[in-house]
Amino acid sequence: MQSQTIDPAKTELNHHHTAETVGHHEEHPDHRLFGIFVFLIAEGMIFMGLFGAYLAFRSTIPVWPPAGTPELELLLPGVNTVNLIASSFVMHNADTAIKKNDAKGMRTWLAITAAMGAIFLVGQVYEYTHLEFGLTTNLFASAFYVLTGFHGLHVTIGVLAILAVLWRSRTPGHYSKEKHFGVEAAEIYWHFVDVIWIILFGLLYLL
Amino acid sequence: MTQAQLQETANIPAHIDEPGIRKWQDYFSFNTDHKVIGLQYLVTSFIFYCIGGVLADLVRTELRTPEVDFVSPEVYNSLFTLHATIMIFLWIVPAGAGFANFLLPLMIGAKDMAFPRLNAVAFWLIPPAGLLLIISLVIGDAAEAGWTSYPPLSLVTGQVGEGIWIMSVLLLGTSSILGAINFLVTLLKMRIPTMGFHQMPLFCWAMLATSALVLLSTPVLAAGLILLAFDLLAGTTFFNPTGGGDPVVYQHMFWFYSHPAVYIMILPFFGAISEIIPIHSRKPIFGYKAIAYSSLAISFLGLIVWAHHMFTSGIPGWLRMFFMITTMIIAVPTGIKIFSWLATMWGGKIQFNSPMLFAMGFVGTFVIGGISGVMLAAVPFDIHVHDTYFVVAHLHYVLFGGSVLGIFAAIYHWFPKMTGRMMNDFWGKVHFALTIVGLNMTFLPMHKLGLMGMNRRVAQYDPKFALLNEICTYGSYILAVSTLPFIINAIWSWLYGEKAGNNPWKGLTLEWMTTSPPAIENFDTLPVLTTGPYDYGVAHAPANVSPSENPVLRADADEPYPSIESDIETRT
Repeated sequence: MQSQTIDPAKTELNHHHTAETVGHHEEHPDHRLFGIFVFLIAEGMIFMGLFGAYLAFRSTIPVWPPAGTPELELLLPGVNTVNLIASSFVMHNADTAIKKNDAKGMRTWLAITAAMGAIFLVGQVYEYTHLEFGLTTNLFASAFYVLTGFHGLHVTIGVLAILAVLWRSRTPGHYSKEKHFGVEAAEIYWHFVDVIWIILFGLLYLL
Repeated sequence: MTQAQLQETANIPAHIDEPGIRKWQDYFSFNTDHKVIGLQYLVTSFIFYCIGGVLADLVRTELRTPEVDFVSPEVYNSLFTLHATIMIFLWIVPAGAGFANFLLPLMIGAKDMAFPRLNAVAFWLIPPAGLLLIISLVIGDAAEAGWTSYPPLSLVTGQVGEGIWIMSVLLLGTSSILGAINFLVTLLKMRIPTMGFHQMPLFCWAMLATSALVLLSTPVLAAGLILLAFDLLAGTTFFNPTGGGDPVVYQHMFWFYSHPAVYIMILPFFGAISEIIPIHSRKPIFGYKAIAYSSLAISFLGLIVWAHHMFTSGIPGWLRMFFMITTMIIAVPTGIKIFSWLATMWGGKIQFNSPMLFAMGFVGTFVIGGISGVMLAAVPFDIHVHDTYFVVAHLHYVLFGGSVLGIFAAIYHWFPKMTGRMMNDFWGKVHFALTIVGLNMTFLPMHKLGLMGMNRRVAQYDPKFALLNEICTYGSYILAVSTLPFIINAIWSWLYGEKAGNNPWKGLTLEWMTTSPPAIENFDTLPVLTTGPYDYGVAHAPANVSPSENPVLRADADEPYPSIESDIETRT
């Protein structure tokens, strides 16, 4: 038995670890990207539900926001909006860089995006602490906090995703011209968060 | 390679997500094989069916007499709330996902789902969610506001139970969204190259329509529940009129999911029935494309009819008309399916075995539920019987007479593929007879009760309803008893049943072209389509599928490809 060569690929247990099947879980990068889009449809529908509810509340109350609601400052959220839109372009640079095999460039752009996302969150928290209404003040106030808060949660997840990509990319060659699903997934998610914010900003601050 | 290295590679350590089944303990692990996950879904959901059934029998026992004499009114409220929640979210919906998990990759010739780990995550969200609900009942603080959880009632009946209910339904919703993502990507991206959309088995079409529905509607329920949770726990007043909120907005959000949910619960079994009827009638399905597209039509229409649950909620008259008309239109694609199934059976060589009996029972009882549904769609009639037992009768004919009979038909049909063994047909027929008797005895009198004016969700009622309620209660006991032959039959057959072979029903869809139970990655070689999925008894088909030419057959297949000539003989 000692001298007999065992081909590990042919043993019962290793059947699934041959060269052809080792990538079984990861062999469909295009499926995974498609999966991200399908996932974002579901995410989008949660926000559509919240937006729909907001518009419904708004339509049932004659004065909106209800009388006595302090007016919202536009400067800080405005700057924050510009910041978030700009970060989407920065994120796109990261993706472009890795498609040119420029891992260093990608890491730089990712770090900037994460920082911009963090600035957005800090700005949002700062705004919360300076608002003159609380969660239960009235229907508008509740909707404002729940909607922006839920979006803020998504920004947080986005920042964490970008940091995760950054953490993984410390291994040379982890992402490359051919293999960069993680970067693309984080990018698509980040754009999604951005688009939702634009709708949210329009609904809550401008309309 | 050194001996040590060989040793290491040959004895792969028990890895947390090692796919496939090697021993029975694998069914209790975080396994990524779609077949294991499918069975995990099915067995788990069946356990919840039994729990939900016990709750139903407790409800019926309370209703056996007009007085409140068995449980307290609060406990009664919790019982019917949890009965509905468990039956919908923990039995029918996950059972559909279970069949989809087991069958979809096999039917389209894929090795596994598109995202096997996500798939396992989707399943493992279910047991904790179910446990939460049961714990809330055991500690005596379960939700009491009905499965709809309408505010403001749900905000005043007990915070702990309601909070647990919201948490649990959110977890189950997440699970079904993750499942739907997997099904959609798998069906759209992983079919074998020769399988176009029109070569896909109808169960796949049904799951495509179902998954799209889950993807678009479930998140809206989640949004509603998030707002409800804020009202309950943080003191906001989104749905609380005392603080300026609007409870009707909750109803819109709730029904935007929960109306489509009835199609989420019935479409998979429409698909399963479309598989079962042609096989056991030995005839090509009548109107393949009509059945396929009608699933999509039902999905689309299902999304735009939610407010027919709200005819008495004070929505404007013109809106009622819109929802009445669109609701009635759903009867058209549904009718297309029913008549296609009847036309498939017409002149076929019908085999009256357990799966076919359940399928025929499905068609018959579902039609009764469908017709009472068209009645309820009419605004004047709905206002008359709103929140009476007529509605209870309708929904049970659709969900028990439809979905549950569909689940049993599918279990009897695919049990040989899942376990490699046949179920006992005699006990299957006993199960069927008891179920049909119990189901009609329980739910048929409810139509009358509703028309007489008996309210739903009450523990105490006018003595003039006593006789019919007593009949319903005894019927529900028969239903409880009817599961016993099934449970014993399933366990016994799984262990000692007659060996099934690869293709006991002589099916033509791809899942029958591999071993029973299928090996870990389903097919040794990439399957190639040589015949349409329903070409039973079609003259040109036999030439296409001689065993030697059929590359789909596994080398270790123990029987030749089914001869279709016998079908032709009986038909000419």
